[in-house]
Amino acid sequence: MKISRKEVEHVADLARLKLTEQEIELYTEQLNSILEYAAKLQQIDTTNVEPTAHAVQLYNVLREDEITDSMETEKVFENAPWAEDGYFRVPKIV
Amino acid sequence: MAYSDRYEMVCGVETHVEMATKTKIFCGCSTEFGKEPNSQVCPVCLGMPGALPVLNREAVNLAIKAGLALNCEIAEFSKFDRKNYFYPDVPKNFQTSQYDLPICKNGWLEITVDENPKRIGITRAHLEEDAGKLVHSGETITSSSSSGVDYNRSGVPLLEIVSEPDMRSIDEVIAYLEELVQIINYAGISDCKMEQGSVRFDVNVSLRPIGSKEFGVRTEIKNLNSFNSVRRCLEFEVERHAELYDEGQSPVQETRTWDEVKGITLSLRTKEEAEDYRYFPEPDLVPLVIDKQWVERIKATMPELPAAKRNRFQALGLSAYDAGVLTSSKAMADYFEQALAKFDDAKTLANWVMGDLSGLLNAHSCPIEDSPIAPEQLADLLGLLQKGEISGKIAKTVIAEMYQTSKDAATIIKEKGLAQISDEETLGKIVDEVIAQNPKSVADYQSGKKNALGFLVGQVMKATKGQANPGLVNKLLKEKLS
Ligand SMILES: [Zn+2]
Repeated sequence: MKISRKEVEHVADLARLKLTEQEIELYTEQLNSILEYAAKLQQIDTTNVEPTAHAVQLYNVLREDEITDSMETEKVFENAPWAEDGYFRVPKIV
Repeated sequence: MAYSDRYEMVCGVETHVEMATKTKIFCGCSTEFGKEPNSQVCPVCLGMPGALPVLNREAVNLAIKAGLALNCEIAEFSKFDRKNYFYPDVPKNFQTSQYDLPICKNGWLEITVDENPKRIGITRAHLEEDAGKLVHSGETITSSSSSGVDYNRSGVPLLEIVSEPDMRSIDEVIAYLEELVQIINYAGISDCKMEQGSVRFDVNVSLRPIGSKEFGVRTEIKNLNSFNSVRRCLEFEVERHAELYDEGQSPVQETRTWDEVKGITLSLRTKEEAEDYRYFPEPDLVPLVIDKQWVERIKATMPELPAAKRNRFQALGLSAYDAGVLTSSKAMADYFEQALAKFDDAKTLANWVMGDLSGLLNAHSCPIEDSPIAPEQLADLLGLLQKGEISGKIAKTVIAEMYQTSKDAATIIKEKGLAQISDEETLGKIVDEVIAQNPKSVADYQSGKKNALGFLVGQVMKATKGQANPGLVNKLLKEKLS
């Protein structure tokens, strides 16, 4: 499987990344070599193997519906680049 | 010309319901509505790096319960997936949802439109987390220079219920939504407070020429939050499709938004720009295995659902209409049943609950669960009316006073001296006075004009401020004038 320049552009667009011409070329090449390496897995016969939903064989890790303390307000906004009147603020969305 | 002369509508709905858990789906933050912005948040629901989600058992219980109430199969094996997209109300840049293995699938519910029962299929119902709330600086998102984000809602457990495209008219869509919300509300899955946005609908609609078997091009209208919006939005959208087809054109497959003020739908994004969510299994959450015992345990907690309750109310002698109104919300049905436990004339009780009580509640925009008149108090009032201690007219005065003061009927009747006068001697004196004061009517009556009696009865009622026992007044007048 080979991924095209167009697919790289699409993925970059989905990830909100603005790539330069050189970057698009570089990443197309790098992504292809990663995928080629991972393609070795395709050689394994998985006919009778159930798809894996999770890497560990563990189920039903659940918590009870009990309230725990939320964060203090100062802490909530400690890393926020912009906050006002109890809200995180973000620039124009659309 | 209405579209339905030429086209058949095909509609399916996705319903998002905020579930009635105390805490969020993956953390212990409270889900209480209306708190200070960002006061119910933690590293998990703020999407901070390294924070790990742990699934709320109660959210799973409620999802199973919803599945059972909607006649679904409950998956023995279910898992969570990441739905990737960028929007400021989603702090992790993905929403934790369920993709290919939802917790419930293949269910149905029954609706009745124009007395025709019909089953609407439920494709699936899955668990996911709600997003935060955006507050824009301008009037709309596009006219805003910035937006505020409140993550209190981020991580509130949602159940997304997806219907089959089985609905063929707007009335069927509304009937489906009403029945669905009622079931969810009765089963205790959600408080279904529409005005707080705890239920939201996405509708998919297309038209096809009558008789055609193929589906037309569908549009999806997102984020409607009341039955009325759904109705108005669909009325607009089907006419829009019909006009396009009439002109030899076709709608394009796209996502649209409903402008409540202008009453129109607007394009959000077309199929070409459609989202590519790149779902993949959520590595931070292990799968769910739900065995038969778990399902049985939940089944045992299932309360009576609306359809069963409607049938039972009809068996008490109520009409289908009355049974429908009284079961329209769980709170209404609960009120009726609590009052019925103390006053067993179901028809009279139904009339008072749907009439005077609902009138007072509506006039004060008060939900029935907050009624200042307790169900037992209404039952007592009707008991006094039944025993003839007060007249129907006085009962109406008393219920209004009960609403204002929350006092018992008996107390109000005593304080205001409103008890019905059924004492023959007292009433006899008043009747004598009325006869003395109205010689003309008396003469009319005695000369055969029987309706003059009604006037005289009215005069006695007036003299007693409505407290005279009307039956007794009639009897006394007839006796004295014969
Ligand atoms: Zn939290």
